[in-house]
Amino acid sequence: MAEQMMAADGRTLKSSLNRALRRQKLRALLLITPLLLFILITFVVPIGQMLFRSVENQIVGDTIPRTVEALADWDAATDPVPDEDVFRAFAADMMVAVEERIHTRLGSRLNYETAGISSQFRRSGRDVEDMGEELTAQFTALDPAWQDPATWVALMADPDWIADSATAQTEPAFIISDAARDALPRTADIYADFARVTQVINTDSPTEEQPWNVVYIALYQDLIANPAPQIAGAPDGLLGAAGAAVAGFVAPDMRAAFVDSDAGWGSTATWQTIQTYSPAYTSSYFLNSVDLKQTPDGIEIAPENQQIYVKLFIRTLIMSLTIMVSCILLGYPVAWMLANLPSRQANLMLILVLLPFWTSLLVRTSAWKVLLQQQGVINDLLVWVGLVGDESRLTMINNATGTIIAMTHILLPFMILPLYSVMKTIPPSYLRAAKSLGATNWTAFWRVYFPQSVPGIGAGSILVFILSIGYYITPEIVGGTSGIFISNRIAYHISSSLNWGLAAALGTILLAVVLALYWAYDRIVGIDNVKLGG
Amino acid sequence: MTSLPIYATTGQKIWHYTFRVIVGLILFFLIAPIIIIIPLSFNAESFFTFTPEMLALDPAGYSLRHYRDFFTNPDWIRPLQNSLIIAPFATVLSVSLGTLAAIGLSQSHVPYRRAIMAILISPMIVPLIISATGMFFFYSQMGLWMENTLGFSRSFTGYVKVILAHAALGIPFVIITVTATLVGFDHSLTRAAANMGATPTQTFFKVQMPLILPGVVSGGLFAFITSFDEVVVVLFVGAAAQKTLPWQMFTGLREQISPTILAAATVLVAISIVLLATVEMLRRRSERLRGLSPN
Repeated sequence: MAEQMMAADGRTLKSSLNRALRRQKLRALLLITPLLLFILITFVVPIGQMLFRSVENQIVGDTIPRTVEALADWDAATDPVPDEDVFRAFAADMMVAVEERIHTRLGSRLNYETAGISSQFRRSGRDVEDMGEELTAQFTALDPAWQDPATWVALMADPDWIADSATAQTEPAFIISDAARDALPRTADIYADFARVTQVINTDSPTEEQPWNVVYIALYQDLIANPAPQIAGAPDGLLGAAGAAVAGFVAPDMRAAFVDSDAGWGSTATWQTIQTYSPAYTSSYFLNSVDLKQTPDGIEIAPENQQIYVKLFIRTLIMSLTIMVSCILLGYPVAWMLANLPSRQANLMLILVLLPFWTSLLVRTSAWKVLLQQQGVINDLLVWVGLVGDESRLTMINNATGTIIAMTHILLPFMILPLYSVMKTIPPSYLRAAKSLGATNWTAFWRVYFPQSVPGIGAGSILVFILSIGYYITPEIVGGTSGIFISNRIAYHISSSLNWGLAAALGTILLAVVLALYWAYDRIVGIDNVKLGG
Repeated sequence: MTSLPIYATTGQKIWHYTFRVIVGLILFFLIAPIIIIIPLSFNAESFFTFTPEMLALDPAGYSLRHYRDFFTNPDWIRPLQNSLIIAPFATVLSVSLGTLAAIGLSQSHVPYRRAIMAILISPMIVPLIISATGMFFFYSQMGLWMENTLGFSRSFTGYVKVILAHAALGIPFVIITVTATLVGFDHSLTRAAANMGATPTQTFFKVQMPLILPGVVSGGLFAFITSFDEVVVVLFVGAAAQKTLPWQMFTGLREQISPTILAAATVLVAISIVLLATVEMLRRRSERLRGLSPN
């Protein structure tokens, strides 16, 4: 067997070369890593987060967790309006949400699905504090100690917390005792929220604040379920007396209180909406972005007057195709001329193509706004020539025409440059050869030249199409209402309607289309071959 | 194509000249809108069309009032300053990171080269509105974190957010131009330098950098113009305090259109002519340096 080749340092040549290669790879990666991290953090993560937002729906479960749980086995078919338990759970959730000032946010979220819910949340948010005060009064009448914050702390607080707060300078975060959790589970649960809100949001102490009415309701429920709870260290006889008395109390009617506050709470649709949209992840934004609607009975087509997105997607595609075709028609002759002129003249002409390419997008858009107006230069010119009467000036702006004209102008260089770089490589002798073999001008062009320029058309078309499908600025300024694209709708949902989930879903669909085209572009042209400015 | 052969038929002659007229018209369509705003910006009235005085070339029909407004009105000065703060920082960031990465990418053995390239180019491919949407969510959280945890002022945070966003958008241009320059780079030069005892740093600054400098500078210009011209992302990520020149033009065009926009546009056209000339010059110089072009 032949002896292995050795490098100078005594290793085998093979391992020495491998080591050098590894080191080279490592150095290349070290140079790339900073930028890769930068792009990942500043660009890829934000986009990923947006995609996530299109299915995320934690807001319902996070804001009204008790209600979601109580609603889980409610069936609208047997019971048009949920029972009192659901309303009590909802009262507790609303109380916490109102104190945290997040109930209106949930109202707006659900309003995307059923119009009018938002105002229900706002109205009842103001009323919920007073709901159930009759019950609180009955407890207080039984024993005034129930109104004393100290009674509640003695019942609910963990002994360690009481000891800690006696010595500590600032009150530590409230801890519920395990005994209270075992004996009075509902009360302990809502009291924990009360103590947290009092400490964190109102910067107050639970030792000085009387609990909310909903805490008394929870206590009532707990005592009905178990009239003789045992909590070590509770004030003597207090719980026992209450446990014996609650059976005689007038039961709180939260359902009546809510329906009284807003009749909407008595409707099946409201509760169906809450139930349908309670899971933490939802496909509803995606359904909405293709004009479908998630209803309790399954997926349905949205009412006719709300069907806008499919139309808008189709319009975006058709207008992008129109712009692409206009760019091919206008770009081909220019690229052909560029490729066939002697280089000095071609360079001069190229500057005429590159100047618009380098000019600010807003400059070009403002130019078209100025030119296309009814009192603008083009209409003035047409009136002066006499083609158009002064009273029948053309409407060329704030509609689809305006968008197509302006965007064709803006994207034309992106068609001309790739076409030109392909045409430059087609030898002119082919055309001459075809003609000398007897082809007519047209046949020579169509059968010989054109097929060779197709890669350029493909590259330019995909580039123009990708760019135009996601355009925002130009349609916004010259498009009016009939010339806008899907991107304008996305921007509208971000900045005006604040329906961010829908904006994210629309964006995700658009991104998927663009990435598919990008993949095709990479296949046909190769992303490394993108040329900028010749 | 340059001239017709003497044996050309009448039909061929007619086609030859018609074709030239067609191309001329298309070029006119490309250039005219940009050119026409220049005389309009000297309008003495607040109109967007040529007044009879202007058409009669009467000096009274022209004035510099819109330029005076542009250079004195705080509504325009402030955005101009913001643009001039944001764009250079974003450019420096994208050029320094981008050049390093482009050098790394041009080495002969880079694992996952294709995937890395796709990620680095993605800010150019993803539609701006989607980038803006994603950045809107992410950067508002990041801004809150910077204000509350790191204790930076609101205005500083605002600038940082826009600069980072613009740097990300400019990076693909730097990568593309610099890798294109590196394609023609002769690696035996660095080996020669190393052979003669230069350290890697010395080799980079004395041998490699001067040769790829034109590519770096034109990539930088692209990054600069990207940031200087960008409006969608800044609309979503920035606050009113970071209003840039394109943003001001955008609101101007959408709400109350004032002829000062035309003065601003003319200034921007002048800037783009300067930039175009610089890039063109650099490209030729680079080709000459690398011996790709005979002259």
